[in-house]
Amino acid sequence: MGNAYNTLAVYPEKCNGCGECEKACAKVKANSTDVVHSRIKVLKSLEDGFFGPVVCMQCGEPNCVKSCPAGALSKNPETGVVEWNEDKCVSCTICTLGCPYAGIYYNPLMSTVVKCDHCGGDPECVKVCEPKALEYRPEASVYNDQGDLEDLFAPGLAACLGCNMEILVRHVLRHVGPDTVLAAPPGCLPGVCAVGFNGFTGSKVPSFHPLLTNTASMLAGLRRYYKRKGRDVTALALAGDGGAADVGFQSLSGAAERGEEILFVCIDNEGYMNTGMQRSSTTPYGSWTSTTPVGPSLPGKANDSKYMPLVMLMHDVEYVGTAVTAYIDDFHRKVEKAYQASKRGFAYLHVFSPCTTGWRYPGDKTMEVQRQAVATNIFPLWEYEKATGKLAFTHPVDNPASLENYLSMLGKFRHLSKEQIEHLKNTAAMRVNILKAMSEQGLAGYQNLKVAV
Amino acid sequence: MQTKYLIIGSSHAGLTAAEEIRVHDQDGALTMVSMEDCLPYSPTILPYIVEGKVDEKLIYLRDEKYFTDNKITFLKGKKVVTVDTKSSTVTLDDGTKIEYEKLMIGTGSAPTIPPVPGLKEAKYHVLRTMEDARKINQAAETAKHAVVMGTGLVGMHAAEGLGKKGLEVELIRGRRRAVLPNYFDGNAGKLIHQVFLDNGIKCNLDFQVKEVESVNGKSKVTLSHGEVVETDLLLVGTGVKSRMDFLGDASGVQVDQGILVDTMMRTSVENVWAAGDVAQAADFYGDERILTAILPDAYEQGKVAGLSMAGDETVIQAFEEIGGQASESYRGGISMNTFNFYGNRSFAVGLSLVSEEDGFEIDTMLFPTSCMYQKLVFDGDFLVGAIGINVTLDPGVITNMIRYKINLQGKKAEFARSPLDMSRRIMWESWRGAIKTAG
Repeated sequence: MGNAYNTLAVYPEKCNGCGECEKACAKVKANSTDVVHSRIKVLKSLEDGFFGPVVCMQCGEPNCVKSCPAGALSKNPETGVVEWNEDKCVSCTICTLGCPYAGIYYNPLMSTVVKCDHCGGDPECVKVCEPKALEYRPEASVYNDQGDLEDLFAPGLAACLGCNMEILVRHVLRHVGPDTVLAAPPGCLPGVCAVGFNGFTGSKVPSFHPLLTNTASMLAGLRRYYKRKGRDVTALALAGDGGAADVGFQSLSGAAERGEEILFVCIDNEGYMNTGMQRSSTTPYGSWTSTTPVGPSLPGKANDSKYMPLVMLMHDVEYVGTAVTAYIDDFHRKVEKAYQASKRGFAYLHVFSPCTTGWRYPGDKTMEVQRQAVATNIFPLWEYEKATGKLAFTHPVDNPASLENYLSMLGKFRHLSKEQIEHLKNTAAMRVNILKAMSEQGLAGYQNLKVAV
Repeated sequence: MQTKYLIIGSSHAGLTAAEEIRVHDQDGALTMVSMEDCLPYSPTILPYIVEGKVDEKLIYLRDEKYFTDNKITFLKGKKVVTVDTKSSTVTLDDGTKIEYEKLMIGTGSAPTIPPVPGLKEAKYHVLRTMEDARKINQAAETAKHAVVMGTGLVGMHAAEGLGKKGLEVELIRGRRRAVLPNYFDGNAGKLIHQVFLDNGIKCNLDFQVKEVESVNGKSKVTLSHGEVVETDLLLVGTGVKSRMDFLGDASGVQVDQGILVDTMMRTSVENVWAAGDVAQAADFYGDERILTAILPDAYEQGKVAGLSMAGDETVIQAFEEIGGQASESYRGGISMNTFNFYGNRSFAVGLSLVSEEDGFEIDTMLFPTSCMYQKLVFDGDFLVGAIGINVTLDPGVITNMIRYKINLQGKKAEFARSPLDMSRRIMWESWRGAIKTAG
C-alpha cells in the first residue's frame, strides 16, 4: 500500500482572523515579528466577516513541483510534504504560476519563494490557533501502520447502513491480529459477522457465541487453557452494553476482579438495539427506548446510565480506556495499550458506538455524533493504566460544546424538557469532575472528592 | 530493441508523460531517448547556469535511481534520425532501431538563426542545451565584451547573466522593437528596459543587426545605422522553432510550425503523440492550434499524452463521446511566464498585450520610480489577462481565474482595487470549495 500523509486541516468557518498563526509562523521561520515572513496568510474581509487561512495544501500531484525547472521542489514520499531546496532554487518563480492555491509565493524580503513545510510534523500555527480553524491531523499513521495488516473479517458484513460497528470490529481485530480467540455474545455483532450464518463465520479467527451471561468466564477458561499449553493466544470479547453492563456483568466483574488475562471490548450503543431498542443500564437518562416510552405519563428513561468505565476501574484492572472510532488514531493507541495490558491482566475498553436505527439519526452522521458526544463531555475520552496508577484525559474538553446541539441530532432525545437536559448536563459535569480529580490526584482523588462532598 | 512506450526527449513533457504512464501501467516497457549525454534537465534553467546562480550539478530533474525504480530504459546521448510510422520503428544516430507500440515526441525546440548576412559563417553562440551553456561560460572567462541578439526571455536573461560576470554587454533587438514583446506590453517593457540600462547593459531598441563578420576570432557586428561593434562573444537569442527535422514527409505526421495534435495530444498518425514545445496544440482563446513553448504547458500536455498513451479506455471513450472536451484532455494553451531581473520580479498571463482599442477594459497602475506596474485586462465581467511587475499577486491564482472564466459579476472596480485579497477569496469560494465537495 502507498503512504498516507498527515494533514494540516483548515476550517475557514472557525477562523476569526486573529492572525496569531501568521505571527507564530514568522517567528519560527524567520525569527521575525514581520508577518510578511509567514507562510500562512489569513484572508480577511471585514465587510461580511469572511476569514480564511491560505496555506500550501501539500498537493498529491503538485503543480509547483512539476513546473520547477531546477528540481528544487519535490514531494517527500515519506511525509507528503512538498519540500523546497534552497540550494537548487533559482528564484524563477514559475512555481507560483503553477500553484492555484497561493500555497507558494515570493517573499520580497528574502528574495526567494517560501512555502509551508508543516514545521517538520509539529506546525506552530496549529498550536496558537485559538478558534481551532487549523488542525494537524495525524491519522495517516494509522493507515500506514494498519494498511498492510490483514483484515480479519470477511468483506461485505450485514450491518445496517451507517453502522459504526463494522469499522470498529475490523480495526480491533486487524490490530490485535490472528492469534486470537473471539467471543461474541448475543447482540448485533454475531449475526452481522462474528458468528455468521448458513454454517459460515465472517471472522477469520476462531470465534464462539457464548451466552450473554458467561462471556468473560468462558474466555477466562480458554485463556488459561491455552496458557497451560504454552500458547499466547489473545482472549478477546466484543460484547454489547447488555453483554457487559447488564446480563453479562456478573461474569465480567468476577473475571476483572480475579485479574484474568482478557481484552474485553464493550461496544456501547446504549441499549438492546439488536432486539428492538430496549433500555439497558447504559441507556442515558431521559432517552426514549421501546421499554422507556415517551408519553403523557413517562418522559423516557427515569434513571441515569451506569458509568461502566469507572465501575471497571474500581475493579483494580490493568487497563481501562474510553474510545470512539471518530478519533481513530486515539482508538488504535488504546487498543494497543489494552492489548498489551491483557497479557498481564484484565483490560477493558469501552467504546461509545452510536446506532443509526435505534437512536434515530441519518446514517451518514455516525462520526459526527461521536465527535459531538466527545465535544460535549457526554463521553469524555480517557484512559487509566494500573502500571502507572494514572488516569489521563486523551482529548480534554475544557469548554464543552452545546449539549442541546448534540441532543437535537438524535431522535431518541427529541422530546427532552429543559429540566431533563439540565439533569443530563449535571450528570456529565459530575462525571468529568470525578475524572478530573482522579487525573490530578490519582485514585485518592475520588476519595478526596467524596470527603469534599 | 522493442518497447511498448517510446518517449523522445527527456524534459518536462517527456518526464511528466512517463510519470503518468507509470500511474496506469507499472510494467509496460518504457524507453526514453535523450539527445544529450546527461540526466534530464529543463532548458529553462540554462540562463541561470550562465548567470552562475546555481551549480550545474544540482539542476538535474531525475537521477539514475528514478529510472531503475520505475523500470524506464533511459538512453542518453542518442539522437533520433528517422521515424518510420509504418513499421513503428525509430532509428537512432548510432544505428539502433527501436520498435515501439506507442511513441511520444517531446523533443522541444531549437534556436532559430535569423537570415543576417554573414551570421551563419561567423562564430556565434546559442543557448538551448547544457553544452551551449558550458561553451558560453567558457567563452565568458576570457571575453570582455558580449553582444546579445534578441530581446526575448533567453536574450534578456543571458544579457543580465553576462553583465553580472563582468562583461560589457550590448543587447540588440531582433525583429520587434521592444523587450520581451511576447509577454509584456509597452509600459512593462519600458520599465524592464530602464532597469537593464541602469545596470549598465547597452540597449538601443532602434537598431538591428545588419551584418556579421568574423575577424581575428572576434565578431564584427554592423548595426542597421552603420555603427560597427566588435565583440568577443556573440549570442543569438532571436527565437525558437520546433525540433522535428527527423520527421520526413513519409512519416505521415502532419506538421505546421510544430507537430499538429488534438486535445489528447495525438498526432495525425495512429500511435504517435507529441507534447511540449514541439507540439502545436489547442489555443485556449480560439480554434487555431498554436505553439506556446512554455514550461507549464509542457507538463500539462505531457500528462495528457501519458494518460492517453497508457490507454485508459474509459477516459479515451469519454473523450470521444463528448467531442474532445473531457476534463482530462488538454484545456488549451494560455500564454504565461515569469521574468525576474536584477532583483525585480514580473509575470504576464493570458491576453496581456491587448489594449482598449481591441475592445477590452484595462485597468493599469504604474509607478515608474519604484518600478511597479499592474495591468488587469477584462473582457466584460471576466479577467482575461494580467501583468505584474513587483506587485504582490499570486500568478497561479490569477491564471486559474482566467482558465475557469470566473465571472466577477460587476465587481471589476473592486477587484482592481484589491486583486490579491479578492483573487484569493475567489479561490477559496470556487476551486478550493469545489475540491472540498468532490473530496
